[in-house]
Parts: sequence; structure tokens; C-alpha cells
Amino acid sequence: MTFEERSTWIYAAVALVSFVAYAAVIAGRAQGVPLRDVAYVAPMLWTIGSGIVATIAGNVLVAGIWRGDCGKRDVRDQEIGRFGERVGQSFVCIGGVAALALAMAKAEHFWIAHVIYVAFLLATLLGATMKILAYRRGIPDC
Amino acid sequence: MLKRTRVTNAIRALRFARGEMTQAELAERIGVTRQTVIAIEQGRYSPSLEMAFQIARVFEAPLDEVFQYADDEAGKS
Repeated sequence: MTFEERSTWIYAAVALVSFVAYAAVIAGRAQGVPLRDVAYVAPMLWTIGSGIVATIAGNVLVAGIWRGDCGKRDVRDQEIGRFGERVGQSFVCIGGVAALALAMAKAEHFWIAHVIYVAFLLATLLGATMKILAYRRGIPDC
Repeated sequence: MLKRTRVTNAIRALRFARGEMTQAELAERIGVTRQTVIAIEQGRYSPSLEMAFQIARVFEAPLDEVFQYADDEAGKS
């Protein structure tokens, strides 16, 4: 497994675990309170911040364990990276359009923020999944 | 969706014919990771034309001795 593939696994795992933790916190705060009134800003910022720190820490750890592979990125890694990002990008667009529609419909900030957050999460997970599939089975013709 | 490339190759045979050259050795000589050499050998990755020439040069062999391209009928099977 290349350094880039390991890094992709870390990225996806951190995104998923962060989201589950965030959802648990929000669910805890939503006891007897309408979802739109839940104080979500601080937990969301903490989730995003700790996710970035955990991803960096994970990569440092992997680089320490597999020293020989550290930072090696060849033309195949670049192609797979571009492919995964292109696939994930579709969810960013969908999230942007959905958030725009919600803003125009004067929806609560809670929902607008979460549509954007979930779109980024799905973009990350889908992109990472496609990258891992490409590493394992090859890059599809498209 | 995900499918194997129609480019086949004789890299594995050529490595053994050239004094059992390792995948790591070949990877280092063409400037890629060992995993990329494995992916090429297994038909999971089609190298660029430039990389294909680099590989052929390492084996001192013409390009079509190293790489082959299956015709339509073979590609469908």
C-alpha cells in the first residue's frame, strides 16, 4: 500500500468518526429541544478542527511507521488523486445548490449549515472510496 | 465502471529474464513506487507512453515486446 493510499484511508476514517461523534453530541443536545434550536456552532467547529488535527497526526504516524514510503507520490498517485477529487466534487456542487435553495427559502441557519457539512462529508467519503477502489482495481475509463 | 486495461505486458517475464530484477529495482529505475509496478504488471494500470518507453529502455527491448494491446474481440472477452 502506498503512502497516498494509507493517507486516503486515514482521511476517510477521520471524516467518518468525526461525523459520528458530532452527530452523537447534537443528538444529546437535542433532547426535548427542536433540532433547529440546538447550539451546533461550537461542536461543528470543534469537529472540523479536531478532524484536521487528527488527519495530520495520522499521516505523521503512518510516515513514522513506514519511513521508506513517506511522501512518495508518483504519476499513478496523482491520477488517482485527481479522479477521486473529480468524483467527490459533484457532492460539493449538490451541497452548494441545496444550501442556496434553502437560503432563498429562508430556512433556519441550522439546516443550511448541515446541508453544507453533509455535502462536504459525502464528497470526502465518496472521493476516498473511489480512490481506494482505483488503487485496488484500477482507474476506470471515463 | 472499473475494468482492467486492455494493455497487457511481459514485464514479469522480462524481469526474470534480466537476472530476476525485483519490482522495487524496476520502480526505482523508472521513478515510481513499487505498487505502481505491481499495478502495471497485473493490468490494473496503463502506464503513460513516456513511462512505457522508460520501462522498455530498462529492459533494452522494443516497446511492442514489453507491451501488447488486445484487439476488440480479445478485449471484450
